[in-house]
Amino acid sequence: MHELAITQSILDIAQTAAREHNVTRVREVRIKLGEYCGVVPQCVQYYFDVISKGTVAEGAVLTMERLPILMRCEDCRWEGQVDKLHIVCPDCGSTRLKLLQGREFYVESLEVD
Amino acid sequence: MEIKVMHQVMEWNEDVSDAVKAELSRHRVCLINVLGSPGAGKTSTIVSLVERLRSKYRIGVIEGDITGQIDAEQIDALGLPVVQLDTDGACHIEAMSIQHILPHFDLDSLDVLFVENIGNLVCPAEFNIGESFRLAILSVPEGDDKVEKYPLMFSTSQALAINKYDLKDYFGFDDERVERSARGINPEIVLFRTSSRDGLGLDELAGWIDRRIDAVLSSEDENKEG
Repeated sequence: MHELAITQSILDIAQTAAREHNVTRVREVRIKLGEYCGVVPQCVQYYFDVISKGTVAEGAVLTMERLPILMRCEDCRWEGQVDKLHIVCPDCGSTRLKLLQGREFYVESLEVD
Repeated sequence: MEIKVMHQVMEWNEDVSDAVKAELSRHRVCLINVLGSPGAGKTSTIVSLVERLRSKYRIGVIEGDITGQIDAEQIDALGLPVVQLDTDGACHIEAMSIQHILPHFDLDSLDVLFVENIGNLVCPAEFNIGESFRLAILSVPEGDDKVEKYPLMFSTSQALAINKYDLKDYFGFDDERVERSARGINPEIVLFRTSSRDGLGLDELAGWIDRRIDAVLSSEDENKEG
């Protein structure tokens, strides 16, 4: 259900950018989405199809690229990809890890006419 | 043609959450976001915590759950400032809802605001509402696999109360599994085993919350002096 609020925000961002660049049509909205975000991409596309009707972004495809969770170990400085269900350093076993990537959620670019 | 945008999708909520936080900080109020499923025991736990903390702090409650009047009445019986959010079928509270409701409180005569979020393990976790910290409540009848199935809520909370702990044996509930998975996704999380029926663990939980509130309020005092 919270996807609707999120979709509205994506549409607003696309419309604002389209207005600023005097664009007549948005074909694709490219989105980056961290592994930590609990958003269902199909659901967002479905809502988008409905609420974008009659706007410059009607019919646009939302492309969501998932960004894996990256962390840095505060003890041994190891950096890398971590499974979100097991937040532990694979090198030294420490659980003092700092999140470097994984909570992102942003519109990166638009493909427009 | 490609246009670079780089715009945060959640910005509308994050900006308002920051504004709520600043407003609360100005009035020296600590906001606690209480999250969990319908029936996890959010209302009863808040009532138990208020009873234990009210001699020290001036407390208010924002009742956001959509179960309607019943929860608000239970809290109303405590004789505290309570405002019910009209969330009418929504799945989560946004920072904007909190911002709109703050004028209903006299913030200068409050130290603590509990927000009972909408009963849901998924959506509320995505939305910051200006809180100082989050308390997640998971009850035994929900099953010991919920942390693994809905990790975001538990990875963004500072404390987890395993509630209705007195029912553990009836449900074959493996609390070690919950502890393991919760620490797996959130090594810093503090766990409590609680029951509103026999009072188990509530003093410990209230003690932790007390220290946490104390830390939030004293850091605000320091900021003001600095």
